[in-house]
Amino acid sequence: MMENPEKLLDLLSQDARLTPAQLAAMTGASEAEVVDAIRAFEKNATILGYKTVIDWDKTAKESVTALIEVKITPQKGMGFDEIARQIYSHHQVESVYLMSGGFDLTVIIKGRSMREVARFVSEQLAPMENVLSTGTHFILKKYKDYGVEFDPSETDQREVMMAW
Amino acid sequence: MVDYEQLLSDRVQMVKPSGIRRFFDVAAAMPDAISLGVGEPDFETPWQIRRAGIQSLEKGKTFYTSNWGLADLRKQIAALTRRKYQLCYDADKEILVTVGGSEAIDNTIRALVNPGDEVLIPEPSFVCYTPLTQMAGGVPVPLPTQAADQFKLTASALRAAITPRTKLLILPYPNNPTGAIMTRDELEALAAVLRDTNIAVISDEIYCSLTYGKEPHVCFAELPGMQERTIVVDGFSKSYAMTGWRLGWAMGPKELMKQICKIHQFGIMSAPTTAQFAGIEAIRTGEDDIERMRSQYDIRRRFLLGELRSMGLTCFEPQGAFYMFPSIASTGLSSEEFCERLLHEQRVAVVPGNAFGDSGEGHVRISYSYSMNHLREACFRIRKFLQNL
Repeated sequence: MMENPEKLLDLLSQDARLTPAQLAAMTGASEAEVVDAIRAFEKNATILGYKTVIDWDKTAKESVTALIEVKITPQKGMGFDEIARQIYSHHQVESVYLMSGGFDLTVIIKGRSMREVARFVSEQLAPMENVLSTGTHFILKKYKDYGVEFDPSETDQREVMMAW
Repeated sequence: MVDYEQLLSDRVQMVKPSGIRRFFDVAAAMPDAISLGVGEPDFETPWQIRRAGIQSLEKGKTFYTSNWGLADLRKQIAALTRRKYQLCYDADKEILVTVGGSEAIDNTIRALVNPGDEVLIPEPSFVCYTPLTQMAGGVPVPLPTQAADQFKLTASALRAAITPRTKLLILPYPNNPTGAIMTRDELEALAAVLRDTNIAVISDEIYCSLTYGKEPHVCFAELPGMQERTIVVDGFSKSYAMTGWRLGWAMGPKELMKQICKIHQFGIMSAPTTAQFAGIEAIRTGEDDIERMRSQYDIRRRFLLGELRSMGLTCFEPQGAFYMFPSIASTGLSSEEFCERLLHEQRVAVVPGNAFGDSGEGHVRISYSYSMNHLREACFRIRKFLQNL
C-alpha cells in the first residue's frame, strides 16, 4: 500500500501520460504499488476517465460548443439531481453543473454545427417539463481549457547567458 | 597599431572565458536542437508583479531611487527576513538593493578582498565567484565537494583550507549546479570552524525558495555568531521568476554594508526603479506564486531523476534549485565529450560539469526549468544516445 496515494491524483491530473514506472520514481513507491493504487481509484470511481486536451481548430473536424444557462423548477419527487440526469444522459452533453446564483444548471454541449446545437436546445432541452428557461451562449474561441493554454508561445524566449 | 593586450588589464585577461558558450552557439545553429541548459525559470513573472511595475511607469516613477533602494522595498525585505528566519536587519543601514544577486556578490568581494587575500570557493558552483575574486586581486581557493558527501561542504575540508590569508568563504547553497543543500546541523559544523576566526562569509542564497525536503531552508546568518560576519545575498530572480528585472539584495552588518554600498553608489547608483516597485509587490503578494512554481519544479525534479536513473546514470538526488548533476563516468566519456556527442547525435544541449570547476568533471548539469513535454522529449533523446554509445 502506498503511503500517500493521493499524490498520484495530483500528478495524473496534470499529466495522464505518466507511466506507472515514472509515477513510481516520482513518488518513491514501487511500480506494483502505483498500479494497485490507480486500480483502486478506478474501482471506487475516484478516477473516472482519462482525456486529452485537443485544439480541434487545428484539425479538419468542424464542431461547435455552447454553454447553456438553464433555469428549472424542481417538482415533487424530482429534485435537481434527477433533472440533471435527464439532461446529461444526452450524448451531446459534455458537462452539467449545478450552480448558485441567477440560474440553476450550466449545460455545455458540443455539436457539429450551430444548427445541430440549436435543434438540441429547442427540441430536447427547452421542452422539458421542469425547464423554465434556457439561455444559449456559443463559445467563439478557447484560450485555455483544463489549465492548458491553447496558444502557447512556441519559442523559448530565454537567451543564452554565459554565467548561469 | 594598437596593442590591445598591453591596453587591457592583467586582471581581466587572467579571467578564462566561459566554457558554456561553445555548446550553445553550436546548438543555436541547429534548428531541431533542444536545450536542457538554461539556468533561469521558464515561468513568466506572475502577472500582479508585472502589473505593479507597469503601474509605477504609468504614474511616472521614472527617477533614481536612493542608493540603498526604495525604503519601502527595504522594509519589505527586512520583514520577509524576520518572518522566514527570525533575523533582524536594520532596513536603513543593513540592506542594500542591488542589480541582481550577482552585483551584490561582486561588490562584497571587492569591498573585502585585498590583493593576495584568499577566498574559499566550494566547487562545483556558480561560475562567477572565481572571476570576480580574480578581478578584485584575490586568490580563489577551490574547495572541491564530492557526490559521496552529497556535494556539501564539510567542516574538515573547510578547516584544512584556512590559512592566515583567508579572508572570505563563499557558501553557495542551495547549489547551482549540483542541487545540494546544507542542513542546520551541517551549517553549524561550518560555523564552529569559523567562530574564532576573522573570516567573513558570503552566503549566496538566491535559490532559498526552491528546496524540496521537509525542512525549510536555513539562512547561514541564523547560526549563533554568524550574522555579524555574513553577507546574505538573495534576490527576486529565482524565487519570483524575475531574472530580467535584475533585482537582488545584500544584507549584513552595517560596518560592512556601508562600504559595500560605496561601490554600488559609484558603479550603479541605484537598482532599476521599475523593478523595485515590482519587487515590493512580489514580496507582498508572491508567496502563493512561489509555492505554485516550486511544486511544478518538484514534479519535474522527480520525473527527471527517475528517468535519468532508469537510463543507468548515477544521480545524486538534488534537494534544491532546479538542476540535476548526474555522473556520466559510466559512459567512459569526459564531460565535454559527452556534451558534444549528445548535441551532435541527438540534438540535446546540456552543460559539461567542468564548467563549474574541475571537480565537476565526470558530470553534466541538466536543468529542469522546462515543461514536462520538453523534458519527456529530451529524456527520450538522451536514452537513445546512451543506448547507441
